[in-house]
Amino acid sequence: MLFFLLRRIAATVPVLVVVALIVFLMLRLAPGDPAAAILGDNASSAAIQSVRTQLGLENSIPVQFFQWSARLLSGDLGESYFLKQSVAGLIAQRVEPTLSLAALTLVFTVLIAVPLGVLAAWRHGGWLDRALMGFSVLGFSIPAFVIGYVLIWAVSLKLGWLPVQGYARLEEGLLPWLRHLILPAITLSIIYVALIARVTRAAVAEALTEDYVRTARAKGISEAGVLMRHALVNAAVPIVTVIGIGIALLIGGVVVTETVFAIPGLGQLTVDAVLSRDYPLIQAITLFFSFIYVLINLLVDLSYLLLDPRIRY
Amino acid sequence: MLAKTPPIPSGTPQPDAEPASAGRPASLARRALRNGAVRLGGSTLVMLVFMAMAAPWLGTIDPTAIDPASGNLLPGARGEFNSLAGQTFQHLFLMGSDSLGRDIWSRVVYGARVSITVGIAVAALALAGGIIVGLAAGYFRRLDGVLMRVMDGLMAIPGILFAITLVAAWRASVATIVIAIAIPEIPRVARLLRSVVLTIREEPYVEAAIALDTPPLKVLTRHILPNAIAPLIVQGTYICASAILVEAILSFLGVGMPADIPTWGNIMAEGRIQFTQFPHNVLVPGVFLALTVLAVNILGDGLRDTLDPKFSKRGA
Repeated sequence: MLFFLLRRIAATVPVLVVVALIVFLMLRLAPGDPAAAILGDNASSAAIQSVRTQLGLENSIPVQFFQWSARLLSGDLGESYFLKQSVAGLIAQRVEPTLSLAALTLVFTVLIAVPLGVLAAWRHGGWLDRALMGFSVLGFSIPAFVIGYVLIWAVSLKLGWLPVQGYARLEEGLLPWLRHLILPAITLSIIYVALIARVTRAAVAEALTEDYVRTARAKGISEAGVLMRHALVNAAVPIVTVIGIGIALLIGGVVVTETVFAIPGLGQLTVDAVLSRDYPLIQAITLFFSFIYVLINLLVDLSYLLLDPRIRY
Repeated sequence: MLAKTPPIPSGTPQPDAEPASAGRPASLARRALRNGAVRLGGSTLVMLVFMAMAAPWLGTIDPTAIDPASGNLLPGARGEFNSLAGQTFQHLFLMGSDSLGRDIWSRVVYGARVSITVGIAVAALALAGGIIVGLAAGYFRRLDGVLMRVMDGLMAIPGILFAITLVAAWRASVATIVIAIAIPEIPRVARLLRSVVLTIREEPYVEAAIALDTPPLKVLTRHILPNAIAPLIVQGTYICASAILVEAILSFLGVGMPADIPTWGNIMAEGRIQFTQFPHNVLVPGVFLALTVLAVNILGDGLRDTLDPKFSKRGA
C-alpha cells in the first residue's frame, strides 16, 4: 500500500518533467529570436541582448533547460518583465479569487450534475433524461463568455439582483463574497455540469443493470436506497475520474470567466500578462496550472482506494 | 434524436475497445445518413458553410469598412454609409453596427469563413499528428514509452493555456493559432490510434502481412489504419467543434486572430466594452458561434451513435 502510494507519486515526476520541457521548448522553438519575441518589435538591441543573457541563450538548448529547471526547482519562477515583481509573488496574490471561484463552481456542479445524472439514469429514456442530454450538448456548445454576458444582462442589469462585475474578498464577509461569485460560478459550471451529468448518467445506468441492483430491489430496499447506496456508490470511480479530468476545462474557463466578470484572479493575470507580452509570467502561470492539474488527478487516483474497496494496488 | 444515445460505457479509457467494423467510406456515409442527429447537425452545418461561401451576396458590405458617422446603430437601422475610400451608399444594418460603424451582419457572415476554416484546419492537423504519433507508438514498441510520456505531459497542460502560451511566444497569425489549438488535441487522437494498433496487430491478417515482409508503412496504412476510420471521423468532428470555440475564446481574450480579421471572437471582444448599451454586438456573433458549435457537436453525436457506438465521447 505504502509502496503503491510512493510509486504513484513518483509516476507524476516524468509527467511534470515533460510539462516543463514542453513549456520550455515553446519559447525556444519560436521562429526568430526568442528574446525579440518576448520584447516585441520596438525593443532596442541592448534590451534584447540583456534578455538573451538572462535566458542564457548563448548556451546549448539542453544546458539552457537544465539551468532553467534548476531555477524552477529552487522555487524561482522568474521575474515579470512588465510588473518588475517576482512571478511567484504575483501568483500568490491572485490565488484567492480563483480558488474561491473554482471551489464554488465545483460545489454547484456536483450538487447539480450528480443528482441530475442519477435521476436521468433511473428513468432512462424519460423526459428528464432527454432534456439532460439535450442540455449537455448545448452546454458543450455555448461559450462561457456568451453565457456570462447573458447572465449579467438579465440578472444584474435588468433585474438588479446581483452586482454586475468585480470581486469581494472573503474577509469582507461571506455574503458580499457570495453575491459577487454566484453568476461567475454558474457561468463556469455550465460546461462542467454538462460533462459530469453525462458521465454520471452513463455510469449509474450501467450500474443499474447489475445483478446486485436486482438483488437489492428483490429484498425490498427503497428505490432511493438502491440508487444511492448501490448504483451511485458503484458508479463513483468514473464520476470522480471525470471530475478530475474536467479540471482542465475549469482552468480554461476560469481565464474566460474572470475576464467577463472582472475578477482579479489568476485568469485575469493571464490575460493581462498576454496583453502586456509578459512572457515569464505567462510561462509561470501555465506551469502552475499544469502542476495543479497533475496534482488533482493524482488525488483522484488515490481516492479510488477509498471509493472502491475492490481496488488494491 | 438524442434519446437514442446509448449509455457511455464509462469514464475510464478503454484500450481494448473493439474498432467498429471497417467499412468502405460509401457504406459508412449511408449508415450515418439514416441517423436523425447526423441529418440535423449536418444540414445546419451545410447551411452555415453555404452562408460563409455566399457571404458577398447576402446583403453584406466590406466587413472592415469604417464609417464613424454610422456607429452604434441598432439592428434594423437604415443609413447612409460613407466609406473611407469615398464611396457613399444606402445600407440596411441588419444587425446594427459597432462603435466604428462597421456592419455587424457583414462581420458575422465573413467571420463564419474564419471559424469554419479554423475548425477544419485544426481537425485535419490534430488528426494527422495524432495518427502519426499513435501509429508509431502502437507499432514500434521502442518508441511507445517515450511518445506516450510526451503525450501524457501534453495532456497535463490545459489546452487554452497551451494555446495562449504558444501564441504569446510565436506571435498571432492564422497559422500559429491553428497550430496552437491543434497540438493539445493530438494526445487524444494518438491514444485512440495506439489502442487500435495494439488490438489489430494481433490479428492473423496483420501477422500474415508482417510475415510476408510487408514494409511497416504499408502494414500501417493498408491493414491497420482503415480500422480506425470510423472513430477518427467522430473524433475529428469533436475536435472541429472545440477548435471553433477555442479560436473564439482566444480572439475574445485578445490572443487570437489579428484584430483586422473579422472573426466572431474579435467582434465580441470589441463589443464587450459597450455590452451594457449595445448587447447585440456580443449576442449576434455569440448566437452564430453557439449554433455552429452545436451543429458540429450534434453531428458528432450522431456519427458516434451510427459509426462507432462503443467509442465514448469525452472519455479519457
